[in-house]
Amino acid sequence: MTQKLVVIGNGMAGARTVEEILARNGDYSVTMFGDEPYGNYNRIMLSNLLAGVETEEGIFLNDLGWYRDNGITLNAGVKIERIDAEAKVVHDSNGVATPYDKLIIATGSYSWTPPMKNVHNPKRGYHQGVFAFRTLDDTRGMIRYARDHERAVVIGGGLLGLEAARGLQNHVSQVTLLHAMGHLMDRQLDPKAGQMLQASVEGKLGIRVITNAMTTEILGKDRVTGVKLADGTVIDCDVVVIAAGIRPNTEMVANSGLPVERGIVVDDQMRVEGQTDIYSVGECAQHRGSLYGLVAPLWDQAKVLADHITGTTGVAYTGSKLHTKLKVAGIDVASMGLIAPEHDEDEVIVYNEPKKGIYKQLIIREDVLVGATLVGDNSKAASLIQHFDRGTALPEERSSLIFDIGGAVEESLDEMADDAQVCNCNGVSKGAICGVVAGGCGTVSGVMDKTRAGKGCGTCKPLVQRIVEWANGGAAEEDPAASWYVPGVPMPKPELMAAIRKYQLKSVSSVFDKLVPGGEHDAKSKMGLASLLKMMWADEYVDERDARFINDRVHANIQRDGTFSVVPQMKGGVTTPAQLRKIAEVAEKYGVPMVKLTGGQRIDLLGVPKEQLPAMWADLDMPSGYAYAKSFRTVKTCVGSDFCRFGVGDSTALGIAIEERFQGLEGPGKMKLAVTGCPRNCAEAYVKDLGVVAIDGGKWEIYVGGAAGAHIRKGDLLTTVDSAEEVIRLTGRFLQYYRENANWLERTYSFVPRVGIDRIREIVIDDVDGIAAALDAAVEEAVQAYKDPWKERAEPVTPGQFRTSLPLTVLPQVPVRS
Amino acid sequence: MKTLTTLGPLSDIPLGEGRTYAVGDDMIAIFRLRDGSLRAVSAVCPHKGGPLADGQIDNSVVVCPLHLFSWDLSTGCSQSGQPPINVYPVRVDDGQIVLGE
Ligand SMILES: Cc1cc2nc3c(=O)[nH]c(=O)nc-3n(C[C@H](O)[C@H](O)[C@H](O)COP(=O)(O)OP(=O)(O)OC[C@H]3O[C@@H](n4cnc5c(N)ncnc54)[C@H](O)[C@@H]3O)c2cc1C
Ligand code: HEM
Ligand code: SF4
Ligand code: SF4
Ligand code: FES
Repeated sequence: MTQKLVVIGNGMAGARTVEEILARNGDYSVTMFGDEPYGNYNRIMLSNLLAGVETEEGIFLNDLGWYRDNGITLNAGVKIERIDAEAKVVHDSNGVATPYDKLIIATGSYSWTPPMKNVHNPKRGYHQGVFAFRTLDDTRGMIRYARDHERAVVIGGGLLGLEAARGLQNHVSQVTLLHAMGHLMDRQLDPKAGQMLQASVEGKLGIRVITNAMTTEILGKDRVTGVKLADGTVIDCDVVVIAAGIRPNTEMVANSGLPVERGIVVDDQMRVEGQTDIYSVGECAQHRGSLYGLVAPLWDQAKVLADHITGTTGVAYTGSKLHTKLKVAGIDVASMGLIAPEHDEDEVIVYNEPKKGIYKQLIIREDVLVGATLVGDNSKAASLIQHFDRGTALPEERSSLIFDIGGAVEESLDEMADDAQVCNCNGVSKGAICGVVAGGCGTVSGVMDKTRAGKGCGTCKPLVQRIVEWANGGAAEEDPAASWYVPGVPMPKPELMAAIRKYQLKSVSSVFDKLVPGGEHDAKSKMGLASLLKMMWADEYVDERDARFINDRVHANIQRDGTFSVVPQMKGGVTTPAQLRKIAEVAEKYGVPMVKLTGGQRIDLLGVPKEQLPAMWADLDMPSGYAYAKSFRTVKTCVGSDFCRFGVGDSTALGIAIEERFQGLEGPGKMKLAVTGCPRNCAEAYVKDLGVVAIDGGKWEIYVGGAAGAHIRKGDLLTTVDSAEEVIRLTGRFLQYYRENANWLERTYSFVPRVGIDRIREIVIDDVDGIAAALDAAVEEAVQAYKDPWKERAEPVTPGQFRTSLPLTVLPQVPVRS
Repeated sequence: MKTLTTLGPLSDIPLGEGRTYAVGDDMIAIFRLRDGSLRAVSAVCPHKGGPLADGQIDNSVVVCPLHLFSWDLSTGCSQSGQPPINVYPVRVDDGQIVLGE
């Protein structure tokens, strides 16, 4: 039976919890009450709204349509005034009683007003010109009022106060920040760091900061004209923003007889103490004595509650470790854990460079990071947050924790402009990625799906990952899918292969049917599975043609206009006048729009319609060059010792022999090889998936894991051998190891560093695992299974295999009947 | 679509693949899902004109072969912010593919 779920509070925690419940297909009819008259917006973005870098539309997470589409009854602008836990009903400000089976309290916090004379106005809440900074209405009011005023005072020098001060600069010319404590952000920073921050806020931003400033009175009769401090100082101003802290919204809950201490007391399932059907999440909840004022913990709470309430047992929220990382207009600040050492044994590392405004302090206990404070430079914040969160062992070289020593200095993401393009293939900006993360998508693969960033050539993937981590304030959410071989089957490659073997699954559809809970097929996983099964079963593989990508169905590479390209095999890049003549004739006969030399030393006939492919192959009568598949591609060679005056090895002959043997070998990614006749490297063997370099003395060096595409990497030297035969044998062994162990689309340039060249050498050269013979046998079997796909031309393998899919030529016309 | 159009035998489309048909002035891609049902959608990708019938499918989406954006075959909605594609009613009648209500 569908149960009635009522949620009080339509803020970030309440709405997120409902989203999580929907994502788990929870069987509830949901009713939400929100005091604010809107859908659900991103409260964090109010700072940006105030600063004028975000619009109102831009900060909405769920508009009213979302509630409608998901069958949620939203009572926006309706306040709950009492909970009757006995009768299981809530009473709202319109006098309506709503019954529930389960109740979630997510009432958040309100802005706390320190005791000051004249701050309230009996008629309108605050005195005219005084604002809190908590809601969209607060922010709107502030912006409207500040528009025709000039001097603002912000009360409160914490995170929120700094953001408010920075935002107000956008609207008024003078901003003064008053802080009651001795230094800014005293909850997160030690005095030294707070002073550095203050110097930058004053020097760089031009905000006047007064510390130890206890505001005692708001001046002005019907509108604000200034504030008065405890020491009698008067500061003239016409706008006052109070950002002195928050207090949880618990009054109504306490009055309803539920347990409230500082917040609403909950257990590890977010259940209100002593209650079976009432839960609380967000800033209003007090869990194991802690209240949280940042969103990251709320996300965790929402997940646990959603799991629990939809029937997953054994889930528990165990608390969150807090860290902050922000930028107050040009000034980086990060803080996590302790702000000062607690024990004598605590190791404290401090770096201080006042001229640049840089201050870094780490507190380490028993080799684990327990606190860190950074001002002026957040380049190491993300990695510190990771160490802090996960408690991982720290490098012995402590200085490497606070500086980038040697190696490439990664561009600071804080410095990166929002409109900077990250994915150059799909045109995705840093801002777009951050937007998706702010919208609640915290996994790298989720962000990639939503934005398509990283889905072109893939080079930007590491950067996308860094940005997701950065935008998430340190670490991306654990993404189980990241370890899966393909997105649609929830298993990493080794487990997947074991299961395929165990159940003798020889077709792609049988893998989905057997190994995916629910048996759902996934279009985007088919190609990877087809490749894997073909590698595992060779001749026994049951080839379902729909599992193939179009290129593999028609043995040619699809082009932007739906035509195809034809690249005949040209082993080692060596051709003959007869072959050239024939290619020329075919190109003329079919009116090929473009004939081009490829990067892989062959000839490409581009712009061929699908339906002409078989006839063209017949006329060419040459084997396929496989320039379309995730497979062994070419072996580039230089002219070597036969002709070159520097050559010390016959690179051409070896290249041809390698290509002859491994032609068409399919794998998780492309395999591009080269053999070069001397270390001058004319065939660019150092940057190939496998590159062979002849060296003096009749020896050959083998490099693996090189790349010179979108990603550039010099291959690692695997070994040096004495003969061409040995090169061929080890090439086969390495390629087979790669085929069996690399993830789908993982090129050797990521695979080799991931496994480590030393480990690969142990397996492929030294055979410490004792699998070399098996690898050799497996690759031999694959080599024997090779068939030239361009022979598949007399009869189409499937009906309409080569029928056009575009209006390039006349399609089968069918009569239209009324 | 009030008109009924017979496009040809079901056996023209291999299981799990799609083929394009010209119907009047429209180009329509018909897919034969592995669950046995048919789907009919506009044949030309709204992104940059890719041939959708050459795309890979499962029981719910088609993935365009050019830039791998995907669309729901039943609703025509994009899963990645692209404009939607048209969907048409289609069924099998006596071994023939019939387009229309
Ligand atoms: C300007 C600003 C900037 C911030 N920046 C950051 C940041 O950069 N990073 C970060 O992690 N956090 C930031 N925060 C904090 C973050 O926004 C909060 O932690 C988060 O919104 C708390 O979510 P919540 O659901 O618990 O409360 P809220 O989002 O406040 O939601 C509670 C909702 O419940 C409603 N409500 C209360 N009582 C009732 C009732 N009786 N009946 C019906 N409805 C009721 C309220 O009107 C409100 O809409 C910022 C906050 C502000 C104000
Ligand atoms: C749909 C997209 C692509 C098409 C149609 C395409 C097509 C081709 C073709 C036909 C060749 C010649 C291959 C040969 O002779 O065997 C080639 C070579 C090459 N491609 Fe691509 N390619 C594509 C994507 C990429 C991407 C994403 C990268 C980089 C990550 C890349 C990097 C290269 C490189 C470096 C070469 C030269 C290879 C060599 O010198 O051996 N290509 N490409
Ligand atoms: S051929 Fe390669 S480099 Fe050129 S446009 Fe295509 S993918 Fe980009
Ligand atoms: S790599 Fe060496 S042998 Fe080969 S062409 Fe260049 S110089 Fe000559
Ligand atoms: S043309 Fe279809 S996704 Fe680009």
